[in-house]
Amino acid sequence: MCDERHKVNVTCRVNGREYTLCVFPLMRLLDVLREELRLTGTKEGCGEGECGACSVLIDGELVNSCLVPALQVNGAEITTIEGIADGDRLHTVQEAFIEAGGAQCGICTPGMILAAVSLLGRMPEPSEEDMRAGLAGNLCRCTGYMKIFEAVARVCQKTGTKVNA
Amino acid sequence: MANRLVGRAVPRKEGGDKVTGKARYIDDLTFPGMLYGATVRSPCARGRIKGIHFEGGIPWDGFTIVTATDIPGKNCIVLLSDDHPGLAQRVVNHPEEPIVLLAHPDKYLLEEARRSVRLEIESLPAVFTIEESLARKEIIWGRDNIFKSIRVEKGNVDEAWAQADFIVEGEYRTGAQEQLYIEPNGMIAVANPQEGVTVWGSMQCPYYVHKALVCLFGLPESKVRVIQVETGGGFGGKEEYPSMIAGHAALLAWKSGKPVKLIYDRAEDMAATTKRHPSRTRHRTAVSKEGKLLAMEIEFVIDGGAYMTLSPVVLSRGTIHAAGPYHCPNIRIQSRAVATNAPPHGAFRGFGAPQSTFALERHLNKVARVVGLSPEELRRRNFIREGQSTATGQVIREKVDMAGLMERAFELSRYYAKTQRFAEENRGRRDKKGIGFACFLHGAGFTGSGEKYLASVVGVEATPAGRARILAASTEIGQGANTILCQIAAEALGLEYDQIEMASPDTGVVPNSGPTVASRTCMIIGKLVESACLAVKQTLVGSGLLKPDYSPEEFFRACAAYTQKCGPLKAFSQYQPPPEIHWDEEKYRGDAYSAYAWAVYVAEVTVDSLTYEVHVDDFVAVQEVGKVINPVLGGGQIEGGVAQAIGYALFENVVWQEGRMVNSQMTNYIIPTAADVPRIRTYFDEVPYAHGPAGAKGLGELPMDGTAPAIVNAIEDALGIGLDQIPVLPEHLVELLEVSRV
Repeated sequence: MCDERHKVNVTCRVNGREYTLCVFPLMRLLDVLREELRLTGTKEGCGEGECGACSVLIDGELVNSCLVPALQVNGAEITTIEGIADGDRLHTVQEAFIEAGGAQCGICTPGMILAAVSLLGRMPEPSEEDMRAGLAGNLCRCTGYMKIFEAVARVCQKTGTKVNA
Repeated sequence: MANRLVGRAVPRKEGGDKVTGKARYIDDLTFPGMLYGATVRSPCARGRIKGIHFEGGIPWDGFTIVTATDIPGKNCIVLLSDDHPGLAQRVVNHPEEPIVLLAHPDKYLLEEARRSVRLEIESLPAVFTIEESLARKEIIWGRDNIFKSIRVEKGNVDEAWAQADFIVEGEYRTGAQEQLYIEPNGMIAVANPQEGVTVWGSMQCPYYVHKALVCLFGLPESKVRVIQVETGGGFGGKEEYPSMIAGHAALLAWKSGKPVKLIYDRAEDMAATTKRHPSRTRHRTAVSKEGKLLAMEIEFVIDGGAYMTLSPVVLSRGTIHAAGPYHCPNIRIQSRAVATNAPPHGAFRGFGAPQSTFALERHLNKVARVVGLSPEELRRRNFIREGQSTATGQVIREKVDMAGLMERAFELSRYYAKTQRFAEENRGRRDKKGIGFACFLHGAGFTGSGEKYLASVVGVEATPAGRARILAASTEIGQGANTILCQIAAEALGLEYDQIEMASPDTGVVPNSGPTVASRTCMIIGKLVESACLAVKQTLVGSGLLKPDYSPEEFFRACAAYTQKCGPLKAFSQYQPPPEIHWDEEKYRGDAYSAYAWAVYVAEVTVDSLTYEVHVDDFVAVQEVGKVINPVLGGGQIEGGVAQAIGYALFENVVWQEGRMVNSQMTNYIIPTAADVPRIRTYFDEVPYAHGPAGAKGLGELPMDGTAPAIVNAIEDALGIGLDQIPVLPEHLVELLEVSRV
């Protein structure tokens, strides 16, 4: 199946669907998602793990997909921005980002939403300091972060303490 | 009916696509048979190109290679002048100057190939600082290294010195700043001699790109088409440089006959594209013992880099804002934009005003100290009022209440109480707290006659389905242009917000509404949308198909009936300056802007006196911007601008080495994170502006102007030392406080 020189088979689940891919073992997960699976919601901002625009969840943990080699996700469960909504029904975090103005240019938004989902999964009622620490790995140049904090706070108000990650 | 939609926080038009990952940015698009492009750039600041060598180990036959000789039209990226080549041919004038373009289907091999092009360049002596340029150490541009000089004269400065009780001098500097939109620049082009050139990309100004491509390819305007796709931030950084990238992608497409995608990685984007102009401002101020400003002499110089690009216009805005929101009878401002062998500096939110405002708002604190007044009292005695005139002699006709804005900002920040408390509590503590403020203004729209010459056009079309569609070249770059223009149209037409559509900014479809810059989209384009909407309404009512007080359903039916009977219904509106606006470009006298936003910002900081780290603890932003069309988007503009300016003041340090940015990575060029920003508290005072849509002015750039001086004034309050340059890094404070003590 995977006979191109130096390539390997990688099997993983992405947004609930299983894929077996034939890729270079060191191909960045970011490129696997964007180029092999055409899931372009995951963005590249810096390519060196600083900006967080490429954030995805691997087995529930928030990672920069530009720093993860394909081989490392063999057997893993990956969630990207495309897997956050339930069909046409937006996730409460996505709804809150629209209502609060947490998305401006939108390029950091997919990663920021995954970071917020991850934060709320760990910490259902984060304080402002928790939000600052929890979202500090995701850079936004548009909002000054205020409306992102507000979006996260709105989710807590809406769902009480239960946030579905 | 008044203000059904204006003033409401309707959700962002494209918000749903942005939160689900469906929004398509340039790097998300692919074309069949597409090649990837790469740029080979100059390693040195200035020199003669002696040879280009394609070294071994690369199958060069499979590559498309473009050099200056492949350019079908004129080798320049035309903007204000034609000095800026698309590809350097005989000489290079800055590091990272593009020389060779490559394209190939395999982007990994392409990167190897890029590194295998050896440029043989004989280096020439270069100029790297404002001082070297002014001293004409080498002549590197024109006859004297000067892109533009401006002189503003009001009253008689020379006679004022004799009446002064005090004369206060100061020199202030600001560094370069990278826009750092999170989406790097990128373009895709399809180009051939039969069909012409089409480009898709991340940009602010489709018609700037269009103009540049027409010149670079020598094609008629109708053969060039430019389409903006979803754009991940701009801040001015995607105002002029995208024309260069579009040109490069199109040259590769033209030669290869295939679609070419050219996406910059972060390091290339930071090192090669434009940044905010570094500046040096010198102030000499005559003041009476009562604290009245008698004369201001200001010398303002900005470093433009190697080519002219937009430097004269940046200089112009910086010059006009240099005397701030104060009244002074005698003012002289002499300003110059000079050439250095660095990549051209360019547009960045604020556009010259943050530089000159930093200098003034630091300097006035110094003046207050010399006179023996508090910084607020000195300003209170000099604020400009209705009927008084600015540096260019513009008589302020709008209601302005700087003292009121200042009191409001002080109340909200508890300024007086804190000034006193910090002074008492700081003694003996490691953490020193301080509070500071800045007062400033920002002119909306192009400077002087700019808007008159642009003569922007906006269309509104009634679709056969009975919707209204806005035809404008204004781009959505995150600031909310799509949303507010639709709100304005819905308000004017009496329709609902979701009944208004935005046409994609495609030069094949939309008229030239000018660039998306200069805090002009809401005030200028919004007003044109409003009048085009009224023209559509008038046409329908005049045709007898619509009665004057109609329901949305009746509007739809009338549109359908009209288009069936008479064909497409489109109305266009073209900019006309308000009648009382006059500007003399020669003398730099008159109405520099049709309207200003006015603001007072207060910053509270903690300085750790052991590590010299500065943290901003609280921030209050009070401003008068006319009617706010959408409070969530408006607030987002202010908060985002304040955060960006916190970076300008405290973190963002471009490290230069022989004209090259050596820290072109997010790892070592630091912008504020969620952990670095304080709570930013934004307050709008809304005084409707007669010539703005629903009374709105402009606000996008405003927060960039006053934030840095407010923060540095707060640091001065905390430490008791004056600081005259930004960024203020811990190492600068160590230098000032410890090394100087030894």
